[in-house]
Amino acid sequence: MEKIETNISRVGGYTGRRMARDRLFKHVMTFGGLSVIIAISAIFFYLASVVVPIFMPAQMGDLQQVNIPKDALESSVHLTSEEQAEIGVRMTDRGSVTFFDLRDGRVMAEEKVALPEGVDIASFAAGDPSQQVVAYGLSDGRMLVLEQDFKVTFQVDPDDHEKDIRTITPTIAYPVGNEPLGIDETGQALKRLTVQHSGESTTAVAQTADGRLVLAAFESRSNMITGEVTTERFGIELPPVEGEVSQLLLEVKQRDLYVVHGGRFVSHYDVMNKQAPRLLQTVALVPEGETITAATILSGGFSLIIGTDQGKVSQWFQVRGDDNVNHLTHIRSFKPMAGRVTMITPEHFRKGFLAGDDKGNVGLYYATSNRLILKRSTGSEPVRVVGFAPRANAVLVESAGNAIQTARVENDYPEISFSSLWQKVWYESYPEPEYNWQSSAATSDFEPKFSVAPLTFGTLKAAFYAMLVAIPLAVLGAIFAAYFMSPRMRSVVKPSIEIMEALPTVILGFLAGLWLAPWVDNNLAGTLMAIFLLPFSFVITAYVWHLLPQRLTAGIGSGWEAALLVPVILVVIYLAIQLGHPIEAAFFGGNMPHWLTNELGITYEQRNSLVVGIAMGFAVIPTIFSIAEDAVFSVPKHLTSGSLALGATPWQTLFFVVLLTASPGIFSAIMVGMGRAVGETMIVLMATGNTAVMDLSIFTGFRTLSANIGVEMPEAAVGTTHYRLLFFSALVLFVFTFVVNTVAELVRHRLREKYSSL
Amino acid sequence: MRNWYKSGEPWVWTTAGAVALSLIMVYAVVWLTAARGLTHFWPKPVAEVTYQERSGAASRLIGEIREREEVSLVRLREQGYTIDSKDLFADRYLIKLGNKDLTGVDFKWFPAPMLGEFTYPKDLLAIERREWGNFYGHLKAVKEHGNVVAEGPAAWGEAQKRLARSNDLFRQALRIEKSDIGKINYALEKTRLSERRLEIDGTLTDAAKAGFAQERAAREADYLALQQKLDTIRVAIERDSISVETSDGQVVDIPLAKVADMYLPNAMSVWQKMGFYVHKFYEFVSDDPREANTEGGIFPAIFGTVMMVLLMSAMVTPLGIMAAIYMREYAKPGPVIRAIRISVNNLAGVPSIVYGVFGLGFFVYVLGGSIDELFFAEALPAPTFGSPGILWASLTLAILTLPVVIVATEEGLSRVPRTIREGSLALGATKAETLWRTVLPIASPAMMTGLILAIARAAGEVAPLMLVGVVKLAPSLPLDGNFPFLHLERKFMHLGFHIYDVGFQSPNVEAARPLVYATALLLVIIIVVLNLFAIRLRNRLRERMRGLEGV
Repeated sequence: MEKIETNISRVGGYTGRRMARDRLFKHVMTFGGLSVIIAISAIFFYLASVVVPIFMPAQMGDLQQVNIPKDALESSVHLTSEEQAEIGVRMTDRGSVTFFDLRDGRVMAEEKVALPEGVDIASFAAGDPSQQVVAYGLSDGRMLVLEQDFKVTFQVDPDDHEKDIRTITPTIAYPVGNEPLGIDETGQALKRLTVQHSGESTTAVAQTADGRLVLAAFESRSNMITGEVTTERFGIELPPVEGEVSQLLLEVKQRDLYVVHGGRFVSHYDVMNKQAPRLLQTVALVPEGETITAATILSGGFSLIIGTDQGKVSQWFQVRGDDNVNHLTHIRSFKPMAGRVTMITPEHFRKGFLAGDDKGNVGLYYATSNRLILKRSTGSEPVRVVGFAPRANAVLVESAGNAIQTARVENDYPEISFSSLWQKVWYESYPEPEYNWQSSAATSDFEPKFSVAPLTFGTLKAAFYAMLVAIPLAVLGAIFAAYFMSPRMRSVVKPSIEIMEALPTVILGFLAGLWLAPWVDNNLAGTLMAIFLLPFSFVITAYVWHLLPQRLTAGIGSGWEAALLVPVILVVIYLAIQLGHPIEAAFFGGNMPHWLTNELGITYEQRNSLVVGIAMGFAVIPTIFSIAEDAVFSVPKHLTSGSLALGATPWQTLFFVVLLTASPGIFSAIMVGMGRAVGETMIVLMATGNTAVMDLSIFTGFRTLSANIGVEMPEAAVGTTHYRLLFFSALVLFVFTFVVNTVAELVRHRLREKYSSL
Repeated sequence: MRNWYKSGEPWVWTTAGAVALSLIMVYAVVWLTAARGLTHFWPKPVAEVTYQERSGAASRLIGEIREREEVSLVRLREQGYTIDSKDLFADRYLIKLGNKDLTGVDFKWFPAPMLGEFTYPKDLLAIERREWGNFYGHLKAVKEHGNVVAEGPAAWGEAQKRLARSNDLFRQALRIEKSDIGKINYALEKTRLSERRLEIDGTLTDAAKAGFAQERAAREADYLALQQKLDTIRVAIERDSISVETSDGQVVDIPLAKVADMYLPNAMSVWQKMGFYVHKFYEFVSDDPREANTEGGIFPAIFGTVMMVLLMSAMVTPLGIMAAIYMREYAKPGPVIRAIRISVNNLAGVPSIVYGVFGLGFFVYVLGGSIDELFFAEALPAPTFGSPGILWASLTLAILTLPVVIVATEEGLSRVPRTIREGSLALGATKAETLWRTVLPIASPAMMTGLILAIARAAGEVAPLMLVGVVKLAPSLPLDGNFPFLHLERKFMHLGFHIYDVGFQSPNVEAARPLVYATALLLVIIIVVLNLFAIRLRNRLRERMRGLEGV
C-alpha cells in the first residue's frame, strides 16, 4: 500500500515536486542573475556616491544667539573655541576671558587675566590660530602672553560603571610665565600689537603711544642639566612708516612683518634677523580714495588678505620677480562684501578665511579656489568680531550691540571649484599661475594643488601616441588579414594576435621601462630612422618582387606577402640601428638626446612618449585588429565578387567596396582601442617618469589619471578631498570608456544589421 | 611602373607590412623575455681583468660580465674618461663586481679601452651570500673557529662539505623561527584577542584572567625552550668560515653561516652547469625572496597568485554562469535585456584600475570596516578585514572578470541547437531539467573557456591589486598550519606586482633585473599556456556544435 502511494506521488510529481523544483531553479537563477547585474551596476553608483559630496555646496546652520553677560564698557576682541567646537571662548578688551557652552550659551568659566597692579590693557593681538596664543599689550610697555587651556579629566559615571564621564575644565595658561614681557624699554603704552609664539621663541612688534615701532624677541633656552629656563631678549626700534598705522601683522614663522599704514599702504619688513630688521618695500595695495580696513595672514604665514572700505577683498603674497627680488603681488580678488570690511579671520589650518562687514554680513571664503563659499546676514549692525573653531566646523560672530551668534559649518571640500580643477591657479610661493597636481606634502600648512588639467592632458597624450602607433598597424594589418591573407597564414596570425592581447601589461610596461627606454636612449637616431624607413621598405620590396621573373614568384603566390616581409623588416631595422651610431656621430655630436637638449632646447627624458606610444600601441593593436578584421571579413562575398567581375582590381574592390562598407566597423574598433589606451595603468606607470607636465613633445613624459590613482590611492586618507578626487578620476575613466564602448557597440550592431540585409 | 602602381600592389604590400611588423613585435617580446629569463639560472663565468682608472692608476677587477653595448666616446668623455682614440664609438661592459659590503658598488659600466684582457682563472669562487649580495674572489683556506683546517687545492672540497652542514643547520633554525615560533606568536595573539573580547563583553572574570595568564605562561615556556634550541644551533653554525682573496689582494674571512651557495663557475663542465641550472631553477620557484626581493626565490608570489586566482574562480564561476543563464534562458528578450547585455559587454572595457578603486572603497573600507566592527571588535583599532587582503583582492578580480565569464557562457548557451532543447522538452522534461541535463553539459566547454580566459586575465592584472591587497613582502602566506588555516584577511604577494616592484621600486634594480626577467617569463608562460588552452577548447567546441547542428 505504501509503495503504491510513493509511486503515485512520483508520477504525480510531474505536477508536484518536479514542478516545484523547476520553479525553484527558475527563481534561483532569476534572483542570482539579477543580483549579479545589480551588483555590477552598483559600481557606478558607488563611485558616484563618493564623488558627489565634493560638488555639493557647503552647509551652514542657522546663526544661533548665545547670550553671554558682559560689562557694558567691555567689547569683545577675540572669539574662538576648543578643538571639538563644544566650548566657545571670548576675550574682551578689559582682559576677561569667558568660556561658554557653544550650544546653549551657558557660561562655564570666567577668568580675568592676571594684570600687575596699576596697569591697564592698551591693546590686544592674536597669534597664528594654529598656535592658539594671544597677547595683551599693557599701558606700561609690557605684554602678557596667554593661551586657552582645556584640562580633560575622566570620572566613573555613578549610574553606569562601564562608562566614564569626560569633564573639560577650561582655564587660561601663561606659556611664557605670569610676569609680562617688556616690549618697549621706555615704558610707553602699547597702542597696537602683533605677536607670534611657538616653542621657545616669541616675537612681538608694537606701536607705542608716541608712534614708534618697536620689536622685541625672546628666546628661551632650558639648561639640559638643571632644567632651568633662561630667556634672552632682543629689542630694537624699527624704521618708521608714513601715516597712521592701522594694523601690524607678523607671520607665524616670525620672519616677515607687514605694517598697514596711511590708509592704503603696506610696508614689508624682513625681521628674520632680530638684531637687524630691514624695511624691504612699501606698496600701495588699493587705489587712492580707498582704505584698507582689515587685513590678516592666512594659515601658513604666506598670504596677506586685505579688505577695504568699499567691501573689496583681495589676496597678496610675495612673488620673486625677474630682478630676483620678492615683490608683494596682487594674486586674486574675491567677490566683494556689501559694506566696509570690518574684520577678517583666517581658518586655523586651511587657506580659508571669514570676513565681516559693517552691514552685518559675514562671508566665508576660500583662497586657492577663489570661492565665496557662504554668505550670511547677522542683522543690520556692523560686525565687530569673527572667529573660527579650530577645525573650521563652526563660526562665531559678534556684531555691535548684538550677542554672540554661532553656527555649525560643514565645509569639507572648499578647495574644489571649476577654476581650481581646470584652470591655472596661482599657488602660494609660485612665481606665476600654473596647472599643478601635488596632493600632499610633509608640512601641515601646505596648500594642496588639485588641478586635474595636467592629468587629463597626460591621459590624452598617452592615448594619442598609442593610437599613432596602433591605428596604422592594426587597421592596415586587419585589412590584409581579412582580405588578402592566405588561410594557412591566417591560422598562424590569428592565435598570435590573441597571445598579443593576453600578454599582461605589467610585462609590456617592464620591458618598455627597463629595456626599450634605455635602448632607445642609446640608439635614438637609429630608432627614428627605422620608424621612418619601414613603410618605404614595404613598397620597395613590392616593386622588387614585381620585377622578379614570374617563374620565381609564381610558386609562392599572393597571400604570403606578410611572411616575405618579415626578413625585410628585420634587415631594415638592423641596418638602421647599425647606421644610427655613425649618423649620430656625424650630425649630432655623437649623442642625439644630448644634442636635442643643447642645440634645439628640446627636453629629452629617457622614459618618454615615444616609448609609451610603442608599448601601449602594442597593447592596443590586438583589440583594434580583432574588431576591424571581423568587420572587413564579414562584408558579404557577393559585393566583392560583383566588383571583381566588373573588372576592378582587388585593391580597387577593397578600397571602394569593402572599406566603404566596413568603415563603421573599423571606426568602432578604433573607439574600443582608444578606450583601452585611456585607462591603461601599468604601462604608463612603468614607462614614463610620471611627472604631471603639460607638454606635447614626444620626448617628454606625462602623468595619466590612471597612473595617478595607482600611485596615490593607497596613501589617500578616506573621505578627504584628495580621496574623493581620485574617485572622481576613476569615475571619469569609467564613464568615458563605458560611453565610448557603448557607442562602438551600437555602431557595430547597426553594421551587422546592414550586412544581414545586404 | 605606373600600371604597377595603379594595380594597388604597393598598398597591398604596405598592409602586409603592418601584419608582419605586428608579428615581429609579439615574438620579439616573447623571445626577449624568454632569452633573458632563461639565461638567468645559467652559471656565468667570472672574469678577471686589469683596469686603468680615471686617475691613470691600474687596478684589478673580478666580476661577471653582464652586458656589452656601443656608446659614443662623447658620453664617455663627459663621464671623465680620457680616451685617446680617433673612433667615435667604443664598447663598454657592465660588470657585476659583487663584494658590495667592501666597495659599495655592485654594478658598474667600464669602457672597453680602459680594460685589459679578460682571463677566466679556474679557482675563481662565486659566493651567494644571505646579505650584501654576491662575493667574488680566490678561495684561500677553510677555517674552523678561526684555525685553518684546509688550504690550497684541498680547500674547495672541505668548504663544500662544511657548507652543506651549515646550510642544514640554517634550515633547522629557519624552521624553528618561522614555523614553531610563528605558531606560538599566533597563539599568543589569539589569547590576547579572546581576553579582549571578554573585556569588551564585560564578562572578563578573575578566573578567566588567571586562565589566560596560565596559557600565556605555558606559551612563553615553549618559547624559551625553542629559543634555547635556536641558540645552540646559532653557536654551531658559527663554527666555520672561509678565507677569500678579493681582486685587490685583500683576504677576507666569510663565515659560512652567511653563505647561501658557492661555486667555481669557471671550472664547471657543461653537465655540471646543467645540474646547477636545474638546481637554481628549483630554488627560484621554491624559495623565499632575499635582500628586498632582489635575490632568492619567488615562491610566496607564485603561491599568492595561485591562491588569489583559485579564490576568484570559486566566486566568479557560479555568479557568471547564473547571470548568463538568467539573461539567455529566463529573462524576456527585449530592449532591456539587450541594453543589459551591451552594458555587461562594455564592462570588460572599463579600465581595471577603476575596479581597484571600487574594491578599495567599497569592499575594504565599507564592507571590511563593517565586518571588523561586528565580528573583530577585539582587534580594533588594528583592522582585520578593514584593510586590503586576499579576500578583497579576489572579490575585486571576480567582478573584473565577470563579463568575460558571462559573455563566454552566453555564447555557449546560444550555440546549443534548438532541436536539442525541444527534444528534451518534448520528452516531458521540465525546463530546469532540460537546462541541467542537456543544455548546460553541452555548453560546459564554453564555460570552461570563459573561466580560463578569466583566470588568464586575473593572473596578469596588477593595477587593481595594488590597491586591494598586494604587498611587496608578505610576512606569512594566506594558507598555513595555524587554525583556521585559510587566512582570508592577509595580504599576499603576486607575480605581476613582484615584477613592478622589483623592477621599479627596488634600490638595486641592476642586480634584480635578471630575476625580474625570470619572473616575467614565468608569468608569460602561465598566461600563454592558459590562453592557448582556451583557444583550443573553443575551436573544438565550435566544431562539435557544427556537428550537432546536423542532428
